[in-house]
Amino acid sequence: MNDVETLKSKWLGAVRAAGDLAALENLRVEALGKKGEVSGLMKTLGSAPAEERKALGAAFNALKDEVAAAIEARKADLGDAALDQKLAAERLDVTLPARPEPEGRLHPISQTIDEVVAIFGAMGFKVAEGPDIEDDFYNFTALNIPPEHPARQMMDTFYLPERQDGSRLVLRTHTSPVQIRTMLSQKPPIRIIVPGRTYRSDHDMTHTPMFHQVEGLVIDKTTHMGHLKGCLADFCRAYFELPDVPVRFRPSFFPFVEPGAEMDIGCSRKGGELKIGAGDDWLEILGCGMVHPKVLRHCNLDPAEYQGFAFGMGIERVAMLKYGIPDLRTFYEADLRWLRHYGFLPLEAPSLVRGLSPS
Amino acid sequence: MKFTLSWLKEHLDTQAGAAEIARTLTMLGLEVEALTDRAQALKPFVVARVVEAKPHPNADRLRVCMVDFGAAAPLQVVCGAPNARTGMKGVFAPAGSYIPGTKFDLKKGTIRGVDSNGMLLSERELGLSDEHEGIIDLPPDAPVGASYASYAQLDDPLFEIKLTPNRADCLGVHGIARDLAAAGLGKVIAQKTEKIPGKFKSPLGVDFALPPEHANACPLFIGRYIRGVKNGPSPAWLKRKLEAVGLRPISALVDITNYVTIGSDRPLHVFDADKVRGGVRVRFAKPGEALAALNDKTYELTDGMTAICDHERVLGLGGIVGGEGSGCTEATRNVFIEAALFDPKRTAATGRKLAIDSDARQRFERGLDPEFTAPGMELATRLILELCGGEPGEVVVAGKAPEWRRTIHLRQSRIAGLGGVDVPAPQAESILKSLGFTVTHAGDGFDVQPPSWRGDIESEPDLVEEVVRVHGFDNIPAVSMPAPAVTPEPALTPAQRRAGIVKRALASRGVMEAVTWSFMGKAQSTLFGGGQAALALANPISAELDQMRPSILPNLLAAAQRNADRGFPDLALFEVGPVYASDAPEGQSLHATAIRRGNNAPRHWDAKPRAVDAFDAKADALAVLSACGVPLANLQVDAKPPVWYHPGRGGVLRLGPTVLANFGEIHPRVLKRLDVEGPAVGCEINLSAVPLPKSKAGRARPLLKASPFQPVVRDFAFVVDEAVPAEQLARAARGADKVLIADVSVFDRFSGGALPQGKKSIAIAVTLQPVEATMSDAEIEAVSQKIVAQVAKATGGTLRG
Repeated sequence: MNDVETLKSKWLGAVRAAGDLAALENLRVEALGKKGEVSGLMKTLGSAPAEERKALGAAFNALKDEVAAAIEARKADLGDAALDQKLAAERLDVTLPARPEPEGRLHPISQTIDEVVAIFGAMGFKVAEGPDIEDDFYNFTALNIPPEHPARQMMDTFYLPERQDGSRLVLRTHTSPVQIRTMLSQKPPIRIIVPGRTYRSDHDMTHTPMFHQVEGLVIDKTTHMGHLKGCLADFCRAYFELPDVPVRFRPSFFPFVEPGAEMDIGCSRKGGELKIGAGDDWLEILGCGMVHPKVLRHCNLDPAEYQGFAFGMGIERVAMLKYGIPDLRTFYEADLRWLRHYGFLPLEAPSLVRGLSPS
Repeated sequence: MKFTLSWLKEHLDTQAGAAEIARTLTMLGLEVEALTDRAQALKPFVVARVVEAKPHPNADRLRVCMVDFGAAAPLQVVCGAPNARTGMKGVFAPAGSYIPGTKFDLKKGTIRGVDSNGMLLSERELGLSDEHEGIIDLPPDAPVGASYASYAQLDDPLFEIKLTPNRADCLGVHGIARDLAAAGLGKVIAQKTEKIPGKFKSPLGVDFALPPEHANACPLFIGRYIRGVKNGPSPAWLKRKLEAVGLRPISALVDITNYVTIGSDRPLHVFDADKVRGGVRVRFAKPGEALAALNDKTYELTDGMTAICDHERVLGLGGIVGGEGSGCTEATRNVFIEAALFDPKRTAATGRKLAIDSDARQRFERGLDPEFTAPGMELATRLILELCGGEPGEVVVAGKAPEWRRTIHLRQSRIAGLGGVDVPAPQAESILKSLGFTVTHAGDGFDVQPPSWRGDIESEPDLVEEVVRVHGFDNIPAVSMPAPAVTPEPALTPAQRRAGIVKRALASRGVMEAVTWSFMGKAQSTLFGGGQAALALANPISAELDQMRPSILPNLLAAAQRNADRGFPDLALFEVGPVYASDAPEGQSLHATAIRRGNNAPRHWDAKPRAVDAFDAKADALAVLSACGVPLANLQVDAKPPVWYHPGRGGVLRLGPTVLANFGEIHPRVLKRLDVEGPAVGCEINLSAVPLPKSKAGRARPLLKASPFQPVVRDFAFVVDEAVPAEQLARAARGADKVLIADVSVFDRFSGGALPQGKKSIAIAVTLQPVEATMSDAEIEAVSQKIVAQVAKATGGTLRG
């Protein structure tokens, strides 16, 4: 039995002292291998006295198990140490920059149109479209703007070349021709908005030859000026995302409406800074009115039966007011710095439920 | 339209202040653009007397003045004006005041050793005119110490109204007064239009020589001869009125016509009667005739222009401008006054053709009150007699005012039904009457006759507007739109929605959205397949923007170069917008276009940037098509790009025969013509051509059939001719077994090395997805052989050993 104790302390000591996995494996073979010293003890059992064999056998097995367990434990320790060492050698400077990922942004015009659509969409309006190159009938005549009407001089129209029959196509000066196209192709009740490109031959500090408008049109049998006021006031409150946006309607004139009005929103200009909301001043933002009977007749609708309102608003103008963009001309310059600064991340589409614009 | 408060008060008896008047005008639809009080800037300046003016001890040109301006003691002022002298009266600015004309703060100072406590001002320093010859020299009776602004009657607020084209009647102060009175802001003062009897028969007659079918060019011409007038400068009150609204006083006769034009919306012309030969004749101008006009310009006239002539020559253009040859001067003794009506359309056309924008044209082209022609003549006659003396002749009348009377029925119910506010009948009636309408009760409302000056009133909605406008738009209760449904239907069509998704897809890939002009230069557009004559603008704002765009690429490439010049050479831009293939509505299509320029990424310590290439553009195009729901596996790539791409580095993507997109490296020659430095790549996706998914009810998806058997991936490398497209090879492999082969992907290509000249190696990974049981080695081998055979058949490729 003393042999067992001696061997035990010899091998356990050797295992503890093993410096690496290779040394440990050598130890395992020397101790527990087929020809190992511990395995060899079993062969001595046959020469032992019969009454001691059982006890000796148990002791040899216990020794074998203990050495094996010690080897396994030492193996795990050595493994952990080796891994720690490896990891220590793999250290990165994590303050280095991550791989670059470019960030795209949506143009404020896209964002603003999406916001406008979200609001009017909730009021039951659908989005309609029409061509940029229009003929005289849709852009002028059907809208009660006859050829010699002063309103045609009010708008600086871009013309395409004269055609064989003497007629000329125009770049639409407003989104209003889509009113006509819709009324001619669809039966009332109608509720549409028309966001789109419009063109006027004008280029200075506050005018660009191309800009965007959103047209609105409601046609049914009962809609009156009170609805026009309510609809646009509701729009302004939702759009500007301010607690109080007073609105004011002034009589005005557009050939395609009667009565006609312009809508102002409250603002203040204290200290030269324009702020939308309750204040001591007003700012014009759109033209509107009840659809003119002559326009309805041009669209084969009987003014005795149908009525409704229309409005037209500049997209860039309301975008500038809401987002504090100072210069209209910058919208079309595709300046990367401007797009990064005033653009919008594409992660969320404007929604009245989730919130219109990022805070 | 400009007028002053004092001018308004000639037509309106009111106690209202300027601010209240301005507010009321705006809410009546006569939008006040500016209300300026010139007295504000002139507040510090007072009438002063120069008690003594002595030579300056140290300067020959300066004088030392003791100035009494109403304070306890006079102040000493050094003055350089040549007309400064003892006893004169002028305008004094004390130290500390702001001089508006020369824009500086006046301080106490010492000028060449003599103290100066203020300044005596010239008109220029006051900002009243350019006069700077000397200081203002006031009459001896000017009260010392009085405010100069009120002494000179400059404390008269100036209104500037932005008139809408329908309100021709408000191009006169009287019409504005009428609207204000209707809104309850005072009472209209009647104009002095009583008839003045003529004392002799007119030596000049008037006749029409217009083509009978164009008699409406001048339906009415009223003339009056006044003899023995004395023309000269107008009195101060008249000059002040005209100057306040920006008109230069000329002479009493001319000033009177301007005064009646602005005050009463009745343009007139006064001829020097002694320069009219024979008589006055209204006819169309003859080609070749010219007019030396009163504005010092000479105009070539053409047929169809209404000319006021004598029996020999053209004297003026009706309703637009008078002629130099028959104008009034200081020497004029006898005059012939014209008050006429001219056709608005013809006046506008002539004015536009000759580019003459006069006060008369402005009024005639909008339409004048036909009934105020004769009263206007009497108004002018009275003023001429008052200011210039003379003896009036009998009025000569040719033609007559066109019929303007009409009756429009207004149903009481329409006021609320259209206007949204119930204005009780008595109130509606009183509003219309106060605006000059004749109102009689009839059936369910009124029969209404608009007054002669309201040519714009045509139908019932016009009358509703008149009632509601005066009642006040503010008083219309706002009503929210009745909801058509509890939850709204989508506002967007599938195509509109898709355009939005495409924008978000591109922006998510790091591409910035731009919005650029729909037009560009013809040279640029021609490089991209455009330049048709039918799509050229007839009146572009510049030669760089004269052609409707056939492609968005040139605009984005130019924008990229501008950014590169600013120090941002590596960027990606996109635009979703229209392009134009013809001038028909179908010729317009919606393109999503993206470009990338420079390197694919900024420099990084680990990832090396590389130049953008055709595959970046292809990836953008595929991302857009994928966002549109196009099954990418069904797309075919043709290596035949449009001419603006590198001929060997671009392609088109099509679905069956329909071309959906193109992409590639921009052709270096095109870049050079556009003045853009490469590398630059781009893609164009024609969203209008991308088929929309079939509309279906419900959104349920087919059941997922996930195979329980593990897929097997086998790699193959083929040697093929250089010219064989990789896609052709992959497609052949895919076709080898339509059931088992789930995917084929190209993962390697190379040439050179041990490969023969003109050959390349393409390696594909084929994924086999067993359907019914795990595949045996024999089955896998069988499929592999089919793949090799198919590829060999389609491409001539052989399996690499």
